[in-house]
Amino acid sequence: MNELRSKVKELLGSKEIDLFVGYEQGTRLPRPLIAASAEEADRLIFDENCTGNLAVYLTRRELAGGKKVGIAASYYAMRSISRLLDENQLREGMVKVFGLTPDGGLKLLDAIADVKQHLQEASAPSRQVEDEWVKEIEDMPPAERWKFWTGELSKCFKCYACRAACPMCYCTKCIVEVNRPQWIQPWAATMSNVEWQISRVMHMAGRCADCGACGAACPLGLPVHIIAHKMAEMVRQNFGEPTEKGNVLSTFNPNDEENFIW
Amino acid sequence: MEQKYIPSKYMPPKYIPKSSLKAWLAKVKDDGRHIYAPVTENGKTNFKRVKSVDEISMEHIQTAQSAKGAVFPRTEKLFSYAGGQQGDVALQDYNPNDIPDTVVFGLHPCDAAAFKSLSGIFSWGAKDRPFDERMKRVTLVGVSCGRSDVFCFCTSVGGHPGSAEGSDILLTAVGNDGYLVEIITDRGQALVEKGADLFEAAAAGVSKEEHLASVPVRFSVEEVQRKMAGSFEDDIWKKQSARCIGCGACAFVCPACACFDIQENAKGNGAGDRIRCWDSCGFSLFTLHTSGHNPRSVQSQRWRQRLLHKLCYMPDRLSVRGCTGCGRCSRACPVDMNLAEHLKEFERLKV
Repeated sequence: MNELRSKVKELLGSKEIDLFVGYEQGTRLPRPLIAASAEEADRLIFDENCTGNLAVYLTRRELAGGKKVGIAASYYAMRSISRLLDENQLREGMVKVFGLTPDGGLKLLDAIADVKQHLQEASAPSRQVEDEWVKEIEDMPPAERWKFWTGELSKCFKCYACRAACPMCYCTKCIVEVNRPQWIQPWAATMSNVEWQISRVMHMAGRCADCGACGAACPLGLPVHIIAHKMAEMVRQNFGEPTEKGNVLSTFNPNDEENFIW
Repeated sequence: MEQKYIPSKYMPPKYIPKSSLKAWLAKVKDDGRHIYAPVTENGKTNFKRVKSVDEISMEHIQTAQSAKGAVFPRTEKLFSYAGGQQGDVALQDYNPNDIPDTVVFGLHPCDAAAFKSLSGIFSWGAKDRPFDERMKRVTLVGVSCGRSDVFCFCTSVGGHPGSAEGSDILLTAVGNDGYLVEIITDRGQALVEKGADLFEAAAAGVSKEEHLASVPVRFSVEEVQRKMAGSFEDDIWKKQSARCIGCGACAFVCPACACFDIQENAKGNGAGDRIRCWDSCGFSLFTLHTSGHNPRSVQSQRWRQRLLHKLCYMPDRLSVRGCTGCGRCSRACPVDMNLAEHLKEFERLKV
């Protein structure tokens, strides 16, 4: 903790970074802290309980636009950072990434290559709960599954916390806010809520870091991250891991078998 | 803090045994009224229209959503139209006769008080018809809080865990066996009369005070209001909102937030519905003009608007605050924008 605080103060002092996106103790859990001064840096914490995906702040223009930013990154946040770089949403040299070693030590990753190597070497935190949930849902007959999802999504009131919490949802104009034509009805209703979640997750194909931030953000506790998790699994099985050359959503291959169309 | 009973012509309070409460509600329901009450599903408690009074759950500290949907639904049809050939449009106006008589049961004093905030907004200038018609048909049966959590701050914004403000009837659990029943309004009395034989005279000297949650006062709201009103250009808005990710969770769970959007459900052939749905001043598109200009283009301006509206503009213009200290925004926020903590920071400002 003290190591991080002094390192961040040093980087802020030497202007190697303009601000640091980290965690501080919140009401019950760690919460994001945007530190731009030594005084603020003294509130930083970073341990295994700091799991929220802070990469979401890196693409906020009013916060980080044109600035050199340091960030405390959980495993999944690093995956987001790697993908944001691949999508040209971040620039090499503008982000200093701090990760945790398995024994809780601090690890500074200066270059994107270091981030990618870290992701190769570190083991991804378990997604057992999500896997079990997917299995449970898949074991349902289609009618029951439909009832489950329409039941859950009927409660959605379209606050878009799932979108706001997602580092990969960086569009300045989202499909739900396009009204000529209006693709998705913007008011809360079961079917338009289902449409919204399907659209949201479809746009994550091959891009989703599977961090679970969308589900964690939902004020109603709807398991929307399970849809993203399932999507990430399907894409991995069918198309492999995304590379810096692009992901399944943004690339086209004439040799694709298209056996997913049925 | 001593909490006196609200003077009512239906004093002294009555008492209803726990075993009779659901029998009374069943009678109210059989009378044709819709009952919205807290229901627990998958570990989450929310207001829901109950099919049976046995579904009602009273174990929660706070529901995720408020009860405002009973008078301000998240999506509401304002009118419908069907187009003709030469502009001869057939209009089907809002029909208040479709609104059922409704009882909201089990809302806490912070939520009941928020109905006054909503009334202030929807009655400012012209009365809002859909809201007004729903308010005419709703009876609020509040339940005092025996428990609270770290997010509750009703006592800092003029409320109290045993306040009857806004309720038509207020129940307070006195011991494990029953409730003290304060009847505040004629509407409350009419509801009690649906099962008058189930109510008893309250024992002499019974007090609700000892059965209420203790919610410490966190700040002086008058001081916060004064400092906030003089801090329009202060850095505090930027600092506080730096971590806000701009979703609408706070506004949608808030019992006193009333912003809405007007949308068109066009069905082709000139037919369609005009829809009103919830909106949030925290959304970046909320104030986007057709010209492309956005007077609140950054999150700090939207955060400032949210707080000033609730703590300054509403008390100034409507004589009612837009915050009742329920703490839902803070519980719902994905990044822990703790409202009481933020309001307290204003108290310390030098203005």
